Amino acid sequence: MFMRLACKSLLNRRGSVVLTVLALTVSIVVLLGVEHVRQQARDSFGNTVSGVDLIVGARTGSLNLLLYSVFHMGSPTNNISWKSYQHIASGKHVAWAVPIALGDSYQGYRVMGTTPDYFTHFSYGGKRKLQFASGKAFSGVLDVVLGSEVARKLSHKLGDQVVLAHGIANTSFSLHDDKPFKVVGILAPTGTPVDQTVHVSLQGIEAIHIDWQRGVKVPGSTVSAEQLAKMDLQPKSITAFMLSLNSKMATFRLQREINNYSREPLTAILPGVALSELWQMMATFEHTLRLISACILVSALLGLSAMLLASIREREHEIQLLRVIGAPPMFLFLLIELEALLISFAAIALGTSLLYAVLVLAKDLLASEFGLHISTNIGSESNAYLALLMILSTIIAAAIPSLKAYKNARLK
Amino acid sequence: MAIHLQNVSFAYPQAPQKKVLDIPHWSVAPGEQVFVHGPSGGGKSTLLNLLSGILQTDHGEVSVLGERLDQMSNRRRDRFRANHIGCVFQQFNLIPYLDAIDNIRLAAHFAASKQAAVEHQTDELLSALGIAPPERHKPTAQLSIGQQQRVAIARALINKPQLLIADEPSSSLDQENRDSFMALLMSLVKEHQITLLFVSHDLALSQHFRRIEALSDINTAGRMH
Repeated sequence: MFMRLACKSLLNRRGSVVLTVLALTVSIVVLLGVEHVRQQARDSFGNTVSGVDLIVGARTGSLNLLLYSVFHMGSPTNNISWKSYQHIASGKHVAWAVPIALGDSYQGYRVMGTTPDYFTHFSYGGKRKLQFASGKAFSGVLDVVLGSEVARKLSHKLGDQVVLAHGIANTSFSLHDDKPFKVVGILAPTGTPVDQTVHVSLQGIEAIHIDWQRGVKVPGSTVSAEQLAKMDLQPKSITAFMLSLNSKMATFRLQREINNYSREPLTAILPGVALSELWQMMATFEHTLRLISACILVSALLGLSAMLLASIREREHEIQLLRVIGAPPMFLFLLIELEALLISFAAIALGTSLLYAVLVLAKDLLASEFGLHISTNIGSESNAYLALLMILSTIIAAAIPSLKAYKNARLK
Repeated sequence: MAIHLQNVSFAYPQAPQKKVLDIPHWSVAPGEQVFVHGPSGGGKSTLLNLLSGILQTDHGEVSVLGERLDQMSNRRRDRFRANHIGCVFQQFNLIPYLDAIDNIRLAAHFAASKQAAVEHQTDELLSALGIAPPERHKPTAQLSIGQQQRVAIARALINKPQLLIADEPSSSLDQENRDSFMALLMSLVKEHQITLLFVSHDLALSQHFRRIEALSDINTAGRMH
């Protein structure tokens, strides 16, 4: 009867109730959404690289190096010489080393020059290795391996020809159209920037720039594929390289040695440390977002409280009648609280469904535009806590009108 | 005694100096039907609220159905009212968005009556009061005033109260409805042997009663000495 009374009473005031539910729904979508995206971004970033002890690039900030070498964001400051790479990679503590060369793109996706070792050594998300969905690693100079998203979005399959573009702009006018590449492998999805990367061999990168000078094509000079095969395409410089060491104990020593490398100014970073620096930078931003979403929730709850308080006034006769038929003042207190909770539950249900729908719709956009892989599973522990917090705050916010009803009942 | 008042005085806490009620002695026998008339503002509602236990005084003795209301805890008074006293007012007798059946059930809920018995009795009372089945499931706000007042009687009688307090219950009805309403009320009260305290300013209604009192004879507050 109690529940029935509360439900019918809310239905009776559906106009203001619906608006209050909507206000709370918006605040829940924002609150849960911010929290969810924040966590997912963290997980997604944290999963991007694993098993790599050091990343080495030209002298730059550690964040910058991390961003361009692993996340393919921003641009490298400078290249490093192949000699330095060989020297460091042959060190006795080094288990494996994988060079990377960046700077070109294909339809807006970054092209990364590397060695076939990359596919065997690189791992992500807790030591998961890269898998081929089809095909194999590149072996020829003009072979290319596509990340899963590149292949899916541009609907490429094995054997397709692709023409790389010079530079990293989404629409580049200087194309390496004299040397088309052939797709020999497509990687399985990883949920990391690997999915959006076009992988070629270092020799491939060297080959497409062979008749280029200072960033532009020299007109009239073209080299055929037959000629390429005979040429020495050993690169003179690369963008960065990843190191894995035999002994973790050597990491810091090697890092210091690289940072003090006398022949060339280099920077070595520990990916984990650089990531946590990134989080520290983001922390202020995250706190601000959280604060804003908390403020939205508070204002929505105050709205709920105001709506109920106004309803107490218009329900004075109802309260009086309930008293006459024997309702104790506590009943009225609980009735108003129950109404508030029903509104809150409705808003939580509506808000989570809405958030889910938004995530499903925005998933692809976030992945392609921001490289952010968001899971649509919002049933996390911390979100459950948020919902609980929301229910508790509802009870507190509704205490004001509930006490008012209680007092009205007591004093008649 | 169904009602027994001894040296009762009452003033609202907002104006402690101004006595609204001052009753040296007044009582009503069980099964009696009493008509009390008086102008509005004569302490009518205050008296009824004291008798139903919504208000409480610390001056004097308020006994209803042999129980001292002035000595009961708030909780017990609320329960006593739910179980033993029925009230019908001029208006606002029903929760407007609930239907007749839910209104009656709600009253039964506070008296903790057995559900099966309640359903049977609800049917019986509503039939006796001439509320047709289709009308029973409409929100009471959609019923006519006459129907609403009849549902209000059913609501007041569902817990088999020994005392029925009626405060101008027929004043919002037209003449024709008023007569049939009064006839129905009086027959139900007699049938169930309920003590009735009927308050109205309309002396024409006193024809239905044997005991007729003026509030000013009972209440000495505000009287010049």
